[in-house]
Amino acid sequence: MKRLSRFNLIALALGFAFLYLPIVILVIYSFNASRLVTVWGGWSLRWYAEFFNDSAMLAAAGMSLRVGAVSATMATALGTLAAVALSRGEGFRGRALFSGMLYAPLVMPEVITGLSLLLLFVAIDAERGFWTVTIAHTTLTMCFVAVVVQSRLGSLDRSLEEAAMDLGCDPVRAFLRVTLPLILPAVAAGWMLAFTLSLDDLVIASFTTGPGSTTLPIRIYSEVRLGVKPEINAICTLIISLIAVVIVAASLASKLSSRQGESAAPL
Amino acid sequence: MTDPVQSLDDAELHGVPLLRVDAVVKRFGGFMAVDRLSLDVRAGEFFALLGPSGCGKTTLLRMLAGFETPDSGRILLNGTDIAAVPPHQRPVNMMFQNYALFPHLTVRDNIAFGLKRAGLPRAEIAARVAEMVALVRLEGMEKRKPDQLSGGQRQRVALARSLARRPQLLLLDEPLAALDKKLRENTQFELTQLQRRLGTTFIIVTHDQEEAMTMADRIGVMEAGRLEQVATPRQLYEAPNSRWVAEFVGGINILEGQIESRDAGRMTIAARDAGHVIAAEPLHCLTKNDICVAIRPEKIRLSKRPPASDAGHAAVINRLEGIIIGVNYLGGQTTYQVKLDGGAVLRVSVANMARLDVDAYNVTQRVVAWFTPDDCVVLDQ
Repeated sequence: MKRLSRFNLIALALGFAFLYLPIVILVIYSFNASRLVTVWGGWSLRWYAEFFNDSAMLAAAGMSLRVGAVSATMATALGTLAAVALSRGEGFRGRALFSGMLYAPLVMPEVITGLSLLLLFVAIDAERGFWTVTIAHTTLTMCFVAVVVQSRLGSLDRSLEEAAMDLGCDPVRAFLRVTLPLILPAVAAGWMLAFTLSLDDLVIASFTTGPGSTTLPIRIYSEVRLGVKPEINAICTLIISLIAVVIVAASLASKLSSRQGESAAPL
Repeated sequence: MTDPVQSLDDAELHGVPLLRVDAVVKRFGGFMAVDRLSLDVRAGEFFALLGPSGCGKTTLLRMLAGFETPDSGRILLNGTDIAAVPPHQRPVNMMFQNYALFPHLTVRDNIAFGLKRAGLPRAEIAARVAEMVALVRLEGMEKRKPDQLSGGQRQRVALARSLARRPQLLLLDEPLAALDKKLRENTQFELTQLQRRLGTTFIIVTHDQEEAMTMADRIGVMEAGRLEQVATPRQLYEAPNSRWVAEFVGGINILEGQIESRDAGRMTIAARDAGHVIAAEPLHCLTKNDICVAIRPEKIRLSKRPPASDAGHAAVINRLEGIIIGVNYLGGQTTYQVKLDGGAVLRVSVANMARLDVDAYNVTQRVVAWFTPDDCVVLDQ
């Protein structure tokens, strides 16, 4: 292993400090015993206890987890199908256009996505609540899933599917028996990505939610406007831990996926 | 007019062939991949499709497997048209060039894959897998994954997997291309033995003529989407039907010239850079007067003095004088380049029969290159 030079070491330290110092401070202050957010009053877990007794906050957290799980599942199914269609239907007309249209939401400002969805839901007179937020998050995250799955499909040897068909599988069975097991790690990574994206979305959720279905970010945001309570620090620390776990799992899954890909590569 | 080389028994070709490809056309955009190609393959035959890359041989194979659909023409298997039948419903299996083993399955599950899809009872699947494993000598490897196998072992798993369903026709797409030379030679031999034993019809696609010659009963030489010649290896080598085939299969000397006279099965040819050559009248028709004489390098003999022409064996011998300009020692044989006085350069290969080089020639040495009229193949230019 090459040793880093002093300059590189300092640059690295500053870079990481820039990224993570605010988060570290937040985590430390979540264990603060003091009622005042900015004054250190010794170590304590009281704000965690406070959170678990705050029924409104707990309801918002539960709502967020449910929206995240359902929308991630729908987005994974749709995104995987889109990726398969785009990478397998090589010949069809307008494939480049479809590809581009699939990726556009990645760079679309969330305000626009949120507003357009709100207009749609109002136009079709949908009652805003759990399902509207879930559908909105599915729209947001399915293109991320498609990107992850499509890159995996691209590296998969096409003749594997042909071999499956040659050995008696119709195209659907060939997909289920051979392609799906091989892209499963990427599909799992896509699901986790969609879940975390849904979990931390504030903008689209606030456009599409209704009374009685407040997600955690909306709840936190509205509390903070009245003044930051140390309880918020505790909640944020919990969210950070959850997201860290999911991200690590997702990257492990995609690493596993690429390792399997090596053995599938032509000799 | 019977040429001993040409005398393949036509009766063998009668009856319904296992596979009949009838005027099949396949275009990719403007590119004609397969151009009105017709071909019969008999049951139990080991047939090789030989050709340079891009000649359409793989496209033809993929049409037989069902991965491509012909634009027109018929593909008859046992008399029924299968051109529109999807791959999973054909009694045909394919061994892929890169083997396409399923990386997430063990050797056993790879081999059993097609059997499970066929809905065979569990005991039968187990028996068939064991039979296949024994056939390709992979005992003890059943629980391994493909990435834990060597190249040769993977090749054998792919073979076992494609044979497990007992297809009527097995298609092999460059099956030995990924193996190193030594292993390839052994595998060629094994594959031939296996085919004889099973009696399954094999169609192999290859660009390696030695491989095709070693294994196949008959070879179809393809070029630009057409079959140039379909013949036994011996016919292909000794009696090519076109200059292209003659030059594609094996080394050859080509002397271009015009026919001067024809007499009693012999023709006298004025070769442009080599003087007069007397050749046997070919079986096929020549369309023009401008022709070429093709002579294999090992058919030409060298000597220091002109051979005695009236020594009993052949009345007519072509004698072309020249000097040696190059010597390549290859172990079993030596290849000489002889620059004829007329200007043409002949490649002559001489088997090294004796260990001590009593017969060797040196560069700049004057020699006579000689061959009989029967050693010549006369072809259109």
